[in-house]
Amino acid sequence: MYTAPFQYRRAASVKEAEDMFSHSPDARYLAGGQTLIPTMKQRLAAPADLIDIARIGDLSFIRREASALVIGAATPHATVAASAEVESAIPALAVLAGEIGDPAVRHKGTIGGSIANNDPAADYPAAVLGLGASVKTTRRTIPADAFFKGLFETALEAGEIITEVSFPLPRRAGYAKFPNPASRYAMAGVFVADFGNAVRVAVTGAGPCVFRMTEMETALARQFAPEAIAGIAVSPDGLNGDLFGSAEYRANLVSVLAKRAVSAAML
Amino acid sequence: MAALSLTVNGQSVNADVEDRTLLVHFLRDHLHLTGTHVGCDTSQCGSCVVHVNGRAMKSCTLFAVQVDGDNIETIESLAKDGALHPVQAAFQEHHGLQCGFCTPGMIMTAVDMLARHEQLDDATIRRELEGNICRCTGYLNIIKAIRSVAEAR
Repeated sequence: MYTAPFQYRRAASVKEAEDMFSHSPDARYLAGGQTLIPTMKQRLAAPADLIDIARIGDLSFIRREASALVIGAATPHATVAASAEVESAIPALAVLAGEIGDPAVRHKGTIGGSIANNDPAADYPAAVLGLGASVKTTRRTIPADAFFKGLFETALEAGEIITEVSFPLPRRAGYAKFPNPASRYAMAGVFVADFGNAVRVAVTGAGPCVFRMTEMETALARQFAPEAIAGIAVSPDGLNGDLFGSAEYRANLVSVLAKRAVSAAML
Repeated sequence: MAALSLTVNGQSVNADVEDRTLLVHFLRDHLHLTGTHVGCDTSQCGSCVVHVNGRAMKSCTLFAVQVDGDNIETIESLAKDGALHPVQAAFQEHHGLQCGFCTPGMIMTAVDMLARHEQLDDATIRRELEGNICRCTGYLNIIKAIRSVAEAR
């Protein structure tokens, strides 16, 4: 299957990439391409210029800092999943990265590409919001709570490039996902992080955009255990309904997966 | 058009291709390496799996220009001097193929998973095969074949 014609450019640095972008009337950045290329093959996207930022060497790294784990935007999922650094700092993040797509997709897809795309059923947004990460770009640092704006929509401006994501280190965290059996995307996925003085709960796959469950956060801050949230009803209002599951079904999944995520964090 | 310079199955290749040429079409239509198959063409089935710098990737979801300068290995790289690769021999021994359409992708995925795991139990093999679909549903013998290679090491 062929996409619409485009001109490919490979950027050697983020500065060069931004220059290329500003000189094109219709450019898209290409990271791992595991979502963008299928979208282009379906002709749902047809940029005139494709600027490859996956080869920018200093965008692929994993770095442990005193109170954070920092991951370069072009780091592939498989690298995060297999990283001893991630495993020791935030094991739930390694679990999440290892459940994205399939092994071949994980070898190419990147964390920056995933969160810039903000697919409502993607896994990484749950970790970024659930851990209250900071998204560093070529222009500024955006807190997770201000980054995810809606369906496939983020706070990124035209031409702005994510360079790294900084995850604060939780005391413990867990991720539980119910994958669509065909696509492996989340029918629903819940990331729970306990920071000692506060708990964050982020839900992906269930709604048009990743969101927090503040009622669960309050309950878990009082008692970090699955039974603490067993009585919290999840409203199907505004949740996704499709041929794979109704909004009511997804609401129930959120409740079940939140409990599983808490259990996973307690292991 | 883009001028490509890459290594395919150990040989240097230079070619001019349209920027939108997918890696799988470059391999099949330009280099006539037709062992790599196009199954679903939507990143789901894994028939098109090849190795890029030693890592399994779906060649229907990569543009050839993205792998300019890289080292590509396809199913044609495995057999040496007429002798099957151990994974190919195991698929033959354990009847790990029926119609054979998914087989090149299954084997390239298997070689990759064997390289990344010192030990492979059935649950891990099944999980690692999530991106490969066999329409004949011949999974049991595929798993048996991969396990036999892991155990024989």
